[in-house]
Amino acid sequence: MKKLINKPEDVVKEELEGMALAYPDLIKIHLDPDFDYRADAPVKGKVALISGGGSGHEPMHGGLVGHGMLDAACPGAVFTSPTPDQMLEAAKMVNSGKGVLYIIKNYTGDVMNFQMAADMARDEGIDVDTIIIDDDVAVKDSLYTAGRRGVGTTVLAEHILGAAAEKGYTLQELAALGRKVNINGRSMGMALTSCTVPAAGKPTFELGEDEMEVGIGIHGEPGRKRMKIMTADEITEILATSIIDDGPYTRTLAQWDKDKGDWVDVEVTDPPFKKGDEVLAFVNSMGGTPDIELPIIYRKLHEICEKKGLKIVRNLMGRYITSLEMQGCSITLLKMDDELKELWDAPVHTPGMRWGM
Amino acid sequence: MSENETTITKDDIVEWLKATAAVLEENAHYLSELDAPIGDADHGINMNRGFKKVMSKLPNVEDKDIGTILRTTGMALISSVGGAGGPLYGTLYLEAGKAVRGKTELSANDLVNLIEASLKGIVKLGKANIGDKTMVDAITPAVEALRQSVNNGNSLIEALHSMTDAAQKGMKDTIPMLAKKGRASYLGERSIGHQDPGATSSYLVLKTLSETIESRHASK
Repeated sequence: MKKLINKPEDVVKEELEGMALAYPDLIKIHLDPDFDYRADAPVKGKVALISGGGSGHEPMHGGLVGHGMLDAACPGAVFTSPTPDQMLEAAKMVNSGKGVLYIIKNYTGDVMNFQMAADMARDEGIDVDTIIIDDDVAVKDSLYTAGRRGVGTTVLAEHILGAAAEKGYTLQELAALGRKVNINGRSMGMALTSCTVPAAGKPTFELGEDEMEVGIGIHGEPGRKRMKIMTADEITEILATSIIDDGPYTRTLAQWDKDKGDWVDVEVTDPPFKKGDEVLAFVNSMGGTPDIELPIIYRKLHEICEKKGLKIVRNLMGRYITSLEMQGCSITLLKMDDELKELWDAPVHTPGMRWGM
Repeated sequence: MSENETTITKDDIVEWLKATAAVLEENAHYLSELDAPIGDADHGINMNRGFKKVMSKLPNVEDKDIGTILRTTGMALISSVGGAGGPLYGTLYLEAGKAVRGKTELSANDLVNLIEASLKGIVKLGKANIGDKTMVDAITPAVEALRQSVNNGNSLIEALHSMTDAAQKGMKDTIPMLAKKGRASYLGERSIGHQDPGATSSYLVLKTLSETIESRHASK
């Protein structure tokens, strides 16, 4: 293992410390329990947005804290969900009194820890709601698996919801908006190489020199297929077609029922893309893929969308939701409407994403 | 019902937790190796980190009742393990603590209630069924064997042996299973042929309980 680290067990803490030193105007950090939060939190009159997850996906989530995005982010150990005490303390720190929305990626551990945190925060009198992002079309089946994983749509949701929170959306309106973004976003990724978790010291999985894993998860979870490596155009074709041709996807997601005072399972169905849809196209590097390769993917994606009758009205390209040093990419398409376009264009100022201010 | 008069004391429980921390440290590498092909190779690291936290909290509650000791254990795990293991193991000990609230000594029947409550808690949280290739596959048969042995009037030690044997068999039975919960479920058919790390750590926890009680009662 070759990494620019000191000790594997210090990676997360030292990363937080470095971020705080590098971006003192934007973020502050709290250690034990660990989280980073907006330097100006709590922001008066605004619902607070908190996300979190295993580390190793930077800039998501810790680098996406700031105006027009998250109020706080809770990092777990690399590829391991953070714990409820982090999420609870973060909620207390950034809650302005307008409530807290937890944005959760659909992984068994993340969902359990955030639900426990939500229960604890409610016990302390904080108004909390949760949304789950599960947009990875590589997972076809929800009955015999933990369901679709939360990937690229999370980044888009964090800015769209952050912009909406700045505009004064209520907690209830933000939860509804988050659920709308989730059912309209779809993603799929692929890997050319594996990645090495610092504490493990060796690659998470093995890929031959001439192989790729299509449908990879952001923790190196296996995808749909291991295949012989192809050209960028062929790979883009596989990812884009899997996303665009994906049928309606139905599953149940846990939601807090305020009246019942308990978690309920709500059945949710994603509508498929159709001709004439306006979309945001997001091409993301898994960490190790250089910037020169992403436009090659985008170029082909643009052509495929045109051919399929989808109009790209916004885009995002770069390194936003990564898997350590993994080489590979993911594509996300999010169906847009006027509300989402306006929110997407709103200013954002975080270490990892900035425009308009 | 059981006629045996052997009981489990608060000190037995404290020793069990200490022994569990030692066993999980010894097996940290082994559990992570089991986790590598079907998870992300961190189960042993996470459990070891969690029980180190438990050990740091234990001195504060060692003289309290068993319910408080187990509840403290659960909270320490929830705040330190992360992943799915944190909430699941945390719930296991929290529910165990609730089932024996205020007690400083446990009868065999109390122990049955304690472990049944733990199992119920993790099933509610994780929604796993038997056969899904999870810790439930080790704990469910263990609870049944313990209950049956106690009801048959066997000694506590005998009942604990039956529990451990059943947990071990349950753990090994996960090898041919197709994972339907957690990260392993994304592997589909590729999850077959691997022993579930969660079932393995559950077996180790139960085996350590049995061994701790046996060695402490032999030396009394």
